[in-house]
Amino acid sequence: MSKTTLTRRGVLKTGAVAGAGVALPTIFTASSARAFTNAPTGGSVTLGFNVPQTGPYADEGADELRAYELAVEHLNGGGDGGMLNTFSSKALDGTGILGKKVEYVTGDTQTKSDAARASAKSMIEKDGAIMITGGSSSGVAVAVQGLCQEAGVIFMAGLTHSNDTTGKDKKANGFRHFFDAYMSGAALAPVLAKQYGGDRKAYHLTADYTWGWTQEESIKAATEALGWETVETVKTPLAQTDFSSYIAPVLNSGADVLILNHYGGNMVNSLTNAVQFGLREKQVNGRNFEIVVPLFSRLMARGAGENIKGILGSTNWHWSLQDEGTKAFVKSFGTKYGFPPSQAAHTCYVQTLLYADAVQRAGSFDPCAVVEALEGGDSSLPGISSPANKGYLFDGLGNGQTLYRSADHQCFKDVLVVRGKENPTSEFDLLEVVEVTPVAQVWYEPDHPMFAGGSLGSCNPGA
Amino acid sequence: MDAIILQILNGLDKGSAYALIALGLTLIFGTLGVVNFAHGALFMIGAFCAVTLNRLLTLSHQVVDETRTDFLGNPLKVDVPYVQDLFGESLGASIIDWSVPLAILFSIPVMIAIGVIMERGLIKHFYKRPHADQILVTFGLAIVLQEVIKQIYGANPIPTPAPDAFRGSFDFGVLLGFDPNAIIYPYWRLVYFAFAAVIIGAVFAFLQFTTFGMVVRAGMADRETVGLLGINIDRRFTIMFGLAAAVAGLAGVMYAPINSPNYHMGMDFLVLSFVVVVVGGMGSLPGAVLAGFLLGILESFASMNEIKSILPGIDQIIIYLVAIIILLTRPRGLMGRKGVMED
Repeated sequence: MSKTTLTRRGVLKTGAVAGAGVALPTIFTASSARAFTNAPTGGSVTLGFNVPQTGPYADEGADELRAYELAVEHLNGGGDGGMLNTFSSKALDGTGILGKKVEYVTGDTQTKSDAARASAKSMIEKDGAIMITGGSSSGVAVAVQGLCQEAGVIFMAGLTHSNDTTGKDKKANGFRHFFDAYMSGAALAPVLAKQYGGDRKAYHLTADYTWGWTQEESIKAATEALGWETVETVKTPLAQTDFSSYIAPVLNSGADVLILNHYGGNMVNSLTNAVQFGLREKQVNGRNFEIVVPLFSRLMARGAGENIKGILGSTNWHWSLQDEGTKAFVKSFGTKYGFPPSQAAHTCYVQTLLYADAVQRAGSFDPCAVVEALEGGDSSLPGISSPANKGYLFDGLGNGQTLYRSADHQCFKDVLVVRGKENPTSEFDLLEVVEVTPVAQVWYEPDHPMFAGGSLGSCNPGA
Repeated sequence: MDAIILQILNGLDKGSAYALIALGLTLIFGTLGVVNFAHGALFMIGAFCAVTLNRLLTLSHQVVDETRTDFLGNPLKVDVPYVQDLFGESLGASIIDWSVPLAILFSIPVMIAIGVIMERGLIKHFYKRPHADQILVTFGLAIVLQEVIKQIYGANPIPTPAPDAFRGSFDFGVLLGFDPNAIIYPYWRLVYFAFAAVIIGAVFAFLQFTTFGMVVRAGMADRETVGLLGINIDRRFTIMFGLAAAVAGLAGVMYAPINSPNYHMGMDFLVLSFVVVVVGGMGSLPGAVLAGFLLGILESFASMNEIKSILPGIDQIIIYLVAIIILLTRPRGLMGRKGVMED
């Protein structure tokens, strides 16, 4: 007599495989025009918001999620509409995207590339997300962008500042609205030279991953071009929490400027340590010791408290700007949550709107049609003569006239140089805008050495 | 020279934290024979005692200030802490300012209670089980405690400043005849080192000069004989567990201003503290303290640029490297006794 080995596990496994087999073909046959991954079938469409809810960038992640929820509300016709009212494109009308109600799923990237890929993969395969957006770490953004390219969905990068995201790691399915390290250097260096003099000695502490490396390279190149000398560059692990053993050597290095290529919780801790060790009261070479934080955000300023006052940096956007788009966004975000949005929230909100707008204009969720719509026609930024100056030109989203450049899917717009405010009038009023650097000054060609080595390839609709 | 002095100072505060945690770890191991992997979590809970007290003291109600406006142009709502209503504005403000030192008083009963509950409620049942089981259950407990804190306080570090009087830093350079600002060290880190020295001294004095301590030491040497003499050694060991928890908790409270507490900070310290215990010698109290400071200072030295330029990345592995060398040459650790963990 033969014995049947029917186990619970065995039954579950068979069931799961069979279920997947039955479900799979519907993904491929969904669209009549052309098959693409996760084509929406019912009355709704799902977006995947992949943000750090834990780890050193969790503060930024929480604010990004708030912005995404607000964007979904506005796309579905709720609230006061926010920047839908000021956006130069009028394709969106508050009835969702192409008439489909917008729904969303969220994932925790944990500020780790592998965790971020796992959560993005799960949102694409399990929840049927048609687009993935999020970030707050360039390591994560580059990893997830690669995954989205393979899976055939659009990736709208959130806060990611590494040159590589739209440089050597650029992908046809990926788009970035946020500015990059090169632009920070180009905007910041002239202000630094003007404020602190042209013959400074700089010491870099750098977060040891793609963003830190490219920011160090960019700031180093931009400041050295203006006569500064780089004394030392030291890499610090991303998970580091106590920076005192890295700060101590700065005291005796002969440097008179400390450049912190850190972000989020990292930057709060390293700046606090630097101030604790008396760097800001120090005199070197007969001049005041200065600290510079090239990528600044208001959330970090809040975490660092008093320590931030007088420190220069650059930022993508700030809530105190007075254009119509900014005012509308700050009003609806502030009314809903009780405090102004961060630059991370802004870029994520804008990216969601830009994606929805591109789908609407394309008339399809097909990633290749969306890519084409975001690459735009032949519109270009005024005042810049370059063959690469073409793409999708828009306005009214808080940064003035902005170009989504088709050559590398990077946005070009003005950059803000900011300083920690000496006398804040409220707990949110922590940064003051020193200079709005015009886009022409931060413009670079797509084949610039800091961005060379990659290619967009062709769009992938998946399926 | 000044760089070397600075790195020694720098190693002292980290060494203090390692020594305090390792002291508790080795105390528990010496008395109860359990390797307590939840000890880092106790350090973390201590830091959150400081956060909790700060939160309690800053509980406030909103008052609308019509003369000022917020970022949307509405009248500004100002938070007024209840403490300021009770004690007046200036006394209330200084009570909030001193919340971290006040948290020492707050944390001692809390930590002893947590320690005793942990020992009686869970770890007691694992005395007769193999070490691997004890490690698994205490490690699991650490994860549970971490997630509970994360659920309540969130995943972000929470800034918990030291009192205003201790902000700023002390200029050692002038004292030793160097240029001003050559050797600068934050006041609070000095306070931390002094505090650790006092706690370590108190624990040793307690074990050395009290009858209770004498019985505990006797129990560590030969538990069975002490039991046969009619002494309830188990209850004393439970109290020692509570004491070890309080030491870890106090280390955490005072560490809060140095680095903003987050739910994961215990794990970062636990692994290193465990290495400290092994290097110092399992069950040896002076060994734990010595190894704590030794490894703290070595770690600081390894992050000097002069050393890193010869051996890149040495700062990340120095502690483990030293542990390997010491265990190869002295398998019982620096001050380990014969017969511990060797049955």
